[in-house]
Amino acid sequence: MTAISVFLASKGIYLLTFILLSLGVAGMIVCNNYLKKLICMNIMQVAVIFFFLCLGQKSGGTIPVALDGALKASEYINPLPHGLMLTAIVVSLGTTGVGLSLLLRIREKYGSVEEDDIIRRERKV
Amino acid sequence: MNWLALSYRPLYAVLVSLIASGLIYVLGEHIHRKLREAITITASVIKIVIVYSMVPAVLAGTKISLKVIEIVKGVSLSFNVDPAGMVFACVASTLWILTSFYSIGYMRGHGEENQTGYYAAFAMCLSATTGLCFAANLITFFIFFEVLTVATYPLVVHYRDGEGTASGRKYLAYTLISGQIFFASIVIVYSVAGTLEFRPGGFLTADMLPMPWAFIVFFMMAGAGIVKAGVMPLHSWLPSAMVAPTPVSALLHAVAVVKAGAFCTLRVVLYVFGPELAKSCGGADVLAWMAVFTILVSSLIAMRKTNLKARLAFSTVGQLSYIVLGICILTPYATAGAIYHIVAHAFMKITLFMAAGAIFVTTHKKDIGEMIGIGRRMPVTMGAFAVASVGIAGFPFFVGFVSKANIIMGAVSMGKPVFVATLIASALLALTYLMPVVLIAFKKNVDNPEFAKRGEAAPAMLIPLVITAVISVLLGLFPNAGLHLLDMAFMAGNSIFTPLM
Amino acid sequence: MANIPVLIVILPLAAALLCLVLTAIHERLGLWAVGLASLASFVLSVMQLITVAREGTIHYCIGGYAVPYGIEFVIDSVNACVLVMISLIGFLTVIFAKNFGERIGRMQRGAGYAVLSLLITGLLGMTSTGDVFNLYVFLEITSLSAYCLIALGGSKGVVSAFRYMLVGTIAATFYLLGIGVLYAATGTLNMGDMSDILDKGGYDHVMLVSMCLLIVGFGIKMALFPFHGWQPSAYTHAEPGTRPLITGVMGKIPALAMFRFIFCVFGTDLIYVRFLLVMLGVFSVCGMLYGSIMAMGQSDLRKVLAYSSVAQIAYISLGFAIGTPTALAGSFIHMLAHAFMKGGLFFCTGAISYKFGTYSLDDLGRIYKKMPLTCGLLVVAALSMIGIPPTAGFFSKWYLALGAAGAHYWVYLAVLVISSLLNAVYFFKLIEKVFIQPSKDLDERWSAGEFELPVSIVLPVVVCFAAILAIGIFNVRIFDFLMMTLEGVGL
Repeated sequence: MTAISVFLASKGIYLLTFILLSLGVAGMIVCNNYLKKLICMNIMQVAVIFFFLCLGQKSGGTIPVALDGALKASEYINPLPHGLMLTAIVVSLGTTGVGLSLLLRIREKYGSVEEDDIIRRERKV
Repeated sequence: MNWLALSYRPLYAVLVSLIASGLIYVLGEHIHRKLREAITITASVIKIVIVYSMVPAVLAGTKISLKVIEIVKGVSLSFNVDPAGMVFACVASTLWILTSFYSIGYMRGHGEENQTGYYAAFAMCLSATTGLCFAANLITFFIFFEVLTVATYPLVVHYRDGEGTASGRKYLAYTLISGQIFFASIVIVYSVAGTLEFRPGGFLTADMLPMPWAFIVFFMMAGAGIVKAGVMPLHSWLPSAMVAPTPVSALLHAVAVVKAGAFCTLRVVLYVFGPELAKSCGGADVLAWMAVFTILVSSLIAMRKTNLKARLAFSTVGQLSYIVLGICILTPYATAGAIYHIVAHAFMKITLFMAAGAIFVTTHKKDIGEMIGIGRRMPVTMGAFAVASVGIAGFPFFVGFVSKANIIMGAVSMGKPVFVATLIASALLALTYLMPVVLIAFKKNVDNPEFAKRGEAAPAMLIPLVITAVISVLLGLFPNAGLHLLDMAFMAGNSIFTPLM
Repeated sequence: MANIPVLIVILPLAAALLCLVLTAIHERLGLWAVGLASLASFVLSVMQLITVAREGTIHYCIGGYAVPYGIEFVIDSVNACVLVMISLIGFLTVIFAKNFGERIGRMQRGAGYAVLSLLITGLLGMTSTGDVFNLYVFLEITSLSAYCLIALGGSKGVVSAFRYMLVGTIAATFYLLGIGVLYAATGTLNMGDMSDILDKGGYDHVMLVSMCLLIVGFGIKMALFPFHGWQPSAYTHAEPGTRPLITGVMGKIPALAMFRFIFCVFGTDLIYVRFLLVMLGVFSVCGMLYGSIMAMGQSDLRKVLAYSSVAQIAYISLGFAIGTPTALAGSFIHMLAHAFMKGGLFFCTGAISYKFGTYSLDDLGRIYKKMPLTCGLLVVAALSMIGIPPTAGFFSKWYLALGAAGAHYWVYLAVLVISSLLNAVYFFKLIEKVFIQPSKDLDERWSAGEFELPVSIVLPVVVCFAAILAIGIFNVRIFDFLMMTLEGVGL
């Protein structure tokens, strides 16, 4: 194994998820386009999902489906984070759906999804 | 359970005007004007009966106390009828009934609008005043104190014009700020003392509040009182609040609100801090000097005012400081004098205000300069005015003399020549700003066609002001007549200082 | 009857699902379903309150799965009170909302009720649950339905809703991350279990990290200064019929959750907790001053009240920052009182706009002559905001102040005083407008009927009026009841 794999396998993977999370948040702040903001929001959510999935992982564990021969709990990876993240993905999907429909409405009413344009239009109204 | 028992009566006294206030507001414009007036009069009669019925018990020293409900954890909404509170309650309820008749005359004579709000707020103020007279602890007192603040606001802005709004704001700024500081100090007192029950002679001790704190908390608490009592330099809301209709000025700014302030000072200095701590922390001395300053300066300002109500307002500022000064001298005599001055000043000043209002309604004159020879047209009114003026100056055989003499005796016994001199000087000053009005009114050889014919105000206005003038003479001749108010004042004074002697 | 805790939450959820179907059949059926469900929730939560008072905390395991594996609902005295508050205001909002939204189609209205019902579900669920992940799910239900309801309020509402959605999702993600960290350390999702494990020691850094994440997450959701950016425009432009619930209740429940984490899960022994509480105190102090000052400058009634909420939510977190049982009780009494005050004020605002179609402060001149009842509540709620006795606001402020004085936080005491004075400035400005200013000619949109307004608007107004006074007068009962829980968890 290369050094980078060792690093990632220990705690480094969390660093990656943290970078992903920061990217998402930074994008939400920096982007001017509402659709891009929405995409960055998704990136941020995915980062947290990764974080949970990494928690459940263990070296030498297998998928949490009852297999012949493997009887001890220590032989499986933790299924709970996966379960939780299924819910989180659904929530994220729902949020994205609401977000997209709101964007459609915004586009309908303001003719643009750029923040500058919307602020300008809001001032006028 | 005996619903007429003595101990329930303070609650009834508060409730009767509260219910009247609610009824008037809810029924509003749906009912005839006369029904509204009938509710006011009925409530004031019931209230006066309830309050007077407790007088014998107080004189006999019976304890009347009632816990209504635990209002915050550890402290009840409770009433305790003591002589000092009783004196104030008697005055307020007596004058309410007179002012009610007077209001009816004034409001009709003047064709005022917004009468529903006026009568409702008026009754609410009286309810709050009675409540704070009988309050047994600081929380109960504070609740009624704040209700009074808020309920007075609609009366100040009664005319709904620019001037009224401005004075309403000023009034709120002064009273709400001081009220909130009062609140903070109550919290501090509760957290150090663990109790808020008033006790003659005070419940705070020097070890609960070490030195700089005692002084600070003293002024945080007394501040609320002296703002309402108009002690300088915190008086400026009082003259501007005189834009209100005259009955309001009469009852609220000569009786209920300002006296509530003076009463608050009394409770704080003598029932919370107690003479010893008030003296040792230096608060009483500072307050006394503020009162001296106010007495002198306000008289000088009053002389320069040409608007009759403004002149009376500054006279009120000065007279209220007599009470504060009497309290801060910290002797039984001065305290009794201060409490009795609540009575004395109330009857005299309300006469003056009612006379001013009667003049305004009949002749639409506000300025003293326009009143030359008015005595010919309204001899009874101006006669009453003259009687009250002399009383304010503290002439013997008038009620003002009784209270002032007691305060002076207290000052002499404490060896405070400056206070004595101030009190005497202010009597002369009072003459110089009130007597000219009387002299102008009865000036001979004036040929003012406006005032040639006799024409007094309506009886509803005239009779109350004659009654108050007569009472201020009667109480001057027999200070103990009727309700034994002087006895009660002395009972209060002695109860505070007995534990110390 | 053993299933009451879950029924309270499930009924509005079921009604939300039924609502669309029923609306398709008939206009009123959907509304009836949602109204009845929220009424039933209210009745059940009152029954539950009585049970809790009699028998103590209720632990309910959903589906019979034992703790810590299953999801647990924990109803202690704090929750029980808050549940009653939510379901009552929820019910009132449902009947209030039927007067609005005449511009949109029938099915859209039905969907609106369904979303409102979901919002009630989410709030009730967040309050009841004792499971950290379940809390996340309910938090998201609340948020998603709130986005929809805010978006229903016109074109500005859509933009505010979108902005709120972005910020709200950051909050939810931070919350998820916070509980992820806790889960990684303790391996459990049940609050009680987590608290037991954390008590064993050795988790200081984990707790610090997760607590920072949680404070930011809940801070955004409750619009605590400096995380309040989304709130004024969202509150202002939300759908007028549902605004009382959104403004009155939605901000409080994350505060309750924050209390659960800080005081029940983490406990107050940790040195970091003290530090974070001081930080919370600084936020609250700034929020109380900032919110009140901003409220003074607004000319739109909705904006005034929205900024005032920034200040008022800070009262609640100030109680947490002080942390003594008395101050916490003050916080929760303020939470109950403010829900009715702010909810009531928005009922009034809605009523005024229903009758006259305006939100501008300048249009309110002497409106009391036309709507005495509404203005009566307006005055009582305003006085309660300032803290004039004997309204509820005075007593919550009393306990907060007493807690501050007892713990020697003199700054907090001073700020409480200053903040009530600032409140007085803009609320008396409002009262001045309503009672003194010359009236304007406004065309009445609704003038039939016996009262000044339809009964479905008058009822919420009257109930809020009564609740503000009742909470004030019976505050000692509430205080004692809250103390059953708070005595054990405070500093």
